[in-house]
Amino acid sequence: MRTDTEEPTPAPGAPPDNGADVVDIEVDCLLEAVFRRWGYDFRDYSRAHVRRRLLHRMDMAGMGNVAEMMHRALTDREFFGSLLAALSINVTEMFRDPPFYRALREEIVPRLRTWPFVKIWHAGCATGEEVYSMAIVLREAGLEGRARIYATDFNPEALRRAKDGIYPLEAMRNYTRNYQAAGGEGSFADHYTARYDSALLDRSLRANIVFSEHNLVTDGVFGEMHLIFCRNVLIYFNAQLQARVLDLFHDSLCPGGFLCLGTKESMQFSGHPQAFEQVLAGQKIFRRRLAPGAAREDEP
Amino acid sequence: MSPRPRAVVVGASAGGMEALALVLGALEADFPLPVLVVQHISPAAATAIPELLDERCRIRVKEADEKETPRPGTAYLAPPNYHLLVERDATLSLSTEGRVCFARPSVDVLFETAALAFGPALVGVVLTGGNEDGSRGLAAIARAGGRTIVQAPATAVAPEMPRAALAATRADHVLPPEDIGPLLSRMAQDDD
Repeated sequence: MRTDTEEPTPAPGAPPDNGADVVDIEVDCLLEAVFRRWGYDFRDYSRAHVRRRLLHRMDMAGMGNVAEMMHRALTDREFFGSLLAALSINVTEMFRDPPFYRALREEIVPRLRTWPFVKIWHAGCATGEEVYSMAIVLREAGLEGRARIYATDFNPEALRRAKDGIYPLEAMRNYTRNYQAAGGEGSFADHYTARYDSALLDRSLRANIVFSEHNLVTDGVFGEMHLIFCRNVLIYFNAQLQARVLDLFHDSLCPGGFLCLGTKESMQFSGHPQAFEQVLAGQKIFRRRLAPGAAREDEP
Repeated sequence: MSPRPRAVVVGASAGGMEALALVLGALEADFPLPVLVVQHISPAAATAIPELLDERCRIRVKEADEKETPRPGTAYLAPPNYHLLVERDATLSLSTEGRVCFARPSVDVLFETAALAFGPALVGVVLTGGNEDGSRGLAAIARAGGRTIVQAPATAVAPEMPRAALAATRADHVLPPEDIGPLLSRMAQDDD
């Protein structure tokens, strides 16, 4: 099998930051081609990750080089779909990171009650496990009739699976543990039905969920949200793209609205970090500041 | 002849805490390179690991953050449930993509991306562990012209990972863990 580092090695004495790496140039070209042909923009993604995923896909397809893969990606819609799947991260869990969901239940849900109606956006929802987790939290808090969840992803195949809400039964043991560790006091099994080796989530959980395609890199504001989840998506973006997307979230939140990021994500690249305050030490939950003065200050 | 290293990468699994304490504990506070570390651990148990190692080491030990620029005299541990990657500009990235060799973080992911970023100016160390993670990565480091160190399997709590690494590639040094830190200090100083 062809592997990543079997490239022509740099000549002895060449600078270690070797700008002439052939695969890097090919990956640049492929990302440019994909953007111009299909409108999906991966050019500002963390390159080490994109390169690994693309070369893995190339090995799976038995192709010899990135240029060959680029031609297929330009001319073969179905193959492009498989590249899109390779570049989207669909690793997720229900109640992933239970301390976060506990904080959500205990600290954020009571504040959601103060609004007559709550709009929630799961940006980059992948296959939907966290969307249904939130739907369960809302149901158990008696808020589901007063809330709507918008679940978006750029990957149509992931979104289709999110809509289906069917997950491997074997995963439910772990999700039940997560649910309990997150402060769930009901019976997690009440929320799904086992069929052979699958778990079908309760269809009625979907009543207040709207699934749609949305690309954080190229699409615009998603207005007047009270709560935005975007967990473990920003880590794949470079600093400029993180700043752009954090601005997008700011503009999509109503004043006082909440933004939830992944455990290892932060506001460090935001152009307007003072527009948010961290709600709880130790949890990446931020609140868009209420004071209109604070919002004005950070504009030139 | 390899150029002077710019970084050290270390992979460990079962029994790794003791081995890491020996290897990292032997480094002086002014150790001139950054050390990037993957230690397999269950996510629930992992949060205190950097603090525990930090107490036992003269170099600083912390959990890696995304986009961080690694500094000399500091060890960066992959966070629980995240892969640790090195970008071309030598900054750190994290990812939650699928497990590699049943592991997240995976030693192979760190080693292969570090080999691309640092080329021959890299030292790879495979310590104790009960699986094969790290063997592909150590081979990538060797192919890029970097230096390779494997813990002597007889001294490992779990010898499978060192054995798999030795089967996958040449190792420049096969040593008990207490000799690895002093060797790293020498490698960091001279040009071979």
